[in-house]
Amino acid sequence: MATVEYETHEHDVLVIGAGGAGLRAAIEAADQGASVGLVCKSLLGKAHTVMAEGGIAAAMGNVYPEDNWQVHFRDTMRGGKMLNNWRMAQLHAQEAPDRVLELERYGALFDRTKDGLILQRDFGGHRYARLAHVGDRTGLEMIRTLQYHAIHQPIEVYMECKIERLLKDGDRVCGAFGYWRNTGKLVLFKARAVVLATGGIGKIWKITSNSWECTGDGVMLALEAGASLIDMECQQFHPTGMVWPPSVRGILVTEGVRGDGGTLKNNKGERFMFNNIPEYFKAETADNEEEGDRWYTDKKNNRRTADLLPRDEVARAINSEVKAGRGSPHGGVFLDIASRRPADYIRKRLPSMYHQFKELAGVDITKEPMEVGPTSHYMNGGIRVDADTTATAVPGLFAAGEVAGGLHGANRLGGNSLSDLVVFGRRAGLHAALHAKNVGGRLAVDSAQVESISRAILEPFTRSGNENPYSIQADLQDTMQSLVGIVRVEGELKDALKKIGALKERARRVRVEGGRTYNPAWHTALDLTSLLTVAEGVTTAALERKESRGGHTRNDYQKSDPEWGKVNVAVRLKDGTVQVSREPLPQMPDELKKLIEEKQ
Amino acid sequence: MPTFTMRVFRGSPEGGGFKEYRVEAGEGMVVLDLIHRIQATQAQDLACRWNCKAGKCGSCSAEINGKPRLMCMTRMDIFKEDEPITVSPIRTFPLIRDLVTDVSYNYEKAKQVPPLRLRPADPDGKYRMMQADVDRAQEFHKCIECFLCQDVCHVIRDHDLKKRFSGPRFFIKIAGLEMHPLDTRDRTEFAREQAGVGLCNITKCCTEVCPEHIHITDNGIIPMKERMADGFDPIVWIVRKIRGHKKAAP
Repeated sequence: MATVEYETHEHDVLVIGAGGAGLRAAIEAADQGASVGLVCKSLLGKAHTVMAEGGIAAAMGNVYPEDNWQVHFRDTMRGGKMLNNWRMAQLHAQEAPDRVLELERYGALFDRTKDGLILQRDFGGHRYARLAHVGDRTGLEMIRTLQYHAIHQPIEVYMECKIERLLKDGDRVCGAFGYWRNTGKLVLFKARAVVLATGGIGKIWKITSNSWECTGDGVMLALEAGASLIDMECQQFHPTGMVWPPSVRGILVTEGVRGDGGTLKNNKGERFMFNNIPEYFKAETADNEEEGDRWYTDKKNNRRTADLLPRDEVARAINSEVKAGRGSPHGGVFLDIASRRPADYIRKRLPSMYHQFKELAGVDITKEPMEVGPTSHYMNGGIRVDADTTATAVPGLFAAGEVAGGLHGANRLGGNSLSDLVVFGRRAGLHAALHAKNVGGRLAVDSAQVESISRAILEPFTRSGNENPYSIQADLQDTMQSLVGIVRVEGELKDALKKIGALKERARRVRVEGGRTYNPAWHTALDLTSLLTVAEGVTTAALERKESRGGHTRNDYQKSDPEWGKVNVAVRLKDGTVQVSREPLPQMPDELKKLIEEKQ
Repeated sequence: MPTFTMRVFRGSPEGGGFKEYRVEAGEGMVVLDLIHRIQATQAQDLACRWNCKAGKCGSCSAEINGKPRLMCMTRMDIFKEDEPITVSPIRTFPLIRDLVTDVSYNYEKAKQVPPLRLRPADPDGKYRMMQADVDRAQEFHKCIECFLCQDVCHVIRDHDLKKRFSGPRFFIKIAGLEMHPLDTRDRTEFAREQAGVGLCNITKCCTEVCPEHIHITDNGIIPMKERMADGFDPIVWIVRKIRGHKKAAP
């Protein structure tokens, strides 16, 4: 390639990803006076945050004045089976209420209490009703609020633009290179600091609640730049996705259904969660249906319903019910709110669920139970970051939101992701802007790096080969679904690694038809690199952790092992190969340890 | 499994036409599933936008048998197997390729809407709003920005008045801000002079195509038109902010 043609933009801070975390980071960096570029793969306002339903967790105490950050911290750590980065969990619990009130000042209209304050709802693993929400479309409210706040700030938005590689000057990040999806032209961004806010990896599985965008781009960018990942084996399978009809399998059914009174039943009509309470949560969970039902209105004298155990517990229980032959006709279980709450209440509290089941499944959730089953939902792990600054190991590179690991440990509590986005999105924007101020001088971009990336981007048009990118993606999804699903075992994980290796070979022979203008085959071909690398990272980490903890369940190591509870499994890329290592967890200070140990 | 004939628009700004594909539909499938099947098996580079496939992001807008709809929420079982189904891009916006159009007009109009201007907090630093007062604006916050209302609006579609007209999506954005209990800004002049509310002749086409069933015309545009006719009266304004001035459609 003699000369590479591309356009160039320059910013102090480049934010990649425009969901909740990216938008909040961009807003903060702009508030700090930095020049900000915000890149998103789709149109603005379409990022996966838009699909979040149940709410944003923050110990505001509007419904239960007893609630405070300490209780939220404790719930988060216990929900994550203590694998969490304690400092992130502390900052998150302390700052979430301010971030929610800030969204309100930006214009978000949350549902209200009788006194006119922000209403909070019950969710799994949270001791008190804690989730600020707007019916069951909280993510939409959040992204729209941030979006409309951001467009009035000095932020340059680059829509339908995909970043393929980060550029480095020595060991620090100095920009990013990619292409416009609509024209296929190449684009260079020079930047003093880069924030990754690219979300998750759900698209490596077949059954997922995630949109097409969740292909692990940011994870790949970070790995290639030299950063490390943690807890990748702990993918969250949300217990309740739709299971029927097949074309909608995996679409999320909010935990709010159970938060608002819905219960899980098997085909015998048994509320099986009451038979699936693990030792770890026995003290705080109602062991009979009557107490569980009383808890909705009287939390002082009753323990939380077993239907609202953390997501990993519920997903495993559903999996076992189905395997034992007690499932619903289409391979899930029943989620019943129809027989437990009035129709008006259901329509008011869960309007999107009502609409979704009515339109897509022909089911009226005010009259009949839903059929639900686990769906790949959330990357509990992610890029290792410094808790206070969100800095990765690579100078100038920051990460926030789902793409960053640590806050959620081995299992995320519902509602903690939206708060994660704004708490750490803000911190990422702040520290990226501060970093950019400290990096003086001109930004030097290495033309050899640019040329090699350009060549890689355009290669799928000219390669010899006849592989179809869609088939490879589908085969990867089948592999991960069947071999690296909710319950794992060594033989299958090894088998998966072999299959991923073969798929990587096939990916080198992908050739796409058509031109560069809005060509989804080309886009899919390029996404394969991150999908396959991320899948390999997840599988390798899952093979390494020889115990069961949170989102990671091993059939050959069914118990949690205290020794494994002291380490994160870290993943790095070395000379193009995925490598794992065990790294000790940061030590929690004694005063926080006391919060965890305190009796309810 | 039924097999359908899908007549899908293929082309660029330079020209194009409908191309037929025979596609099998599985149980419960929607139009977007069939478009994906065409991509995977017959036309790799068929361009379409989509994200969530659950009716929540508003990306996959198209005209199906001439009607503006979301492809992800249009089930195949509403069609007869022996009738071809046409899928074309939303016509009002410039074509990029196949089913993808340039919707940047909407993002430009979004920027023009004067943002929230917050009233001071209560003495204890909190903001209190009653649910009844929040309900009306919350209806407009349901908008998923699919721009189907913009696509179908005659003022934009047939009378290229894009410069002087923001369109129904942004009328309810303005209405949502005007009905926001914490907002103190008056957008009457903006609505009249820049957004061009006066050009709307209330044919309700926007309301009919809204996948979120927002009462765009009755609850958003008509109250705004009434207020413009009234002129600005601070007392009426405050009373309306507190009590609501018209009973909203259910």
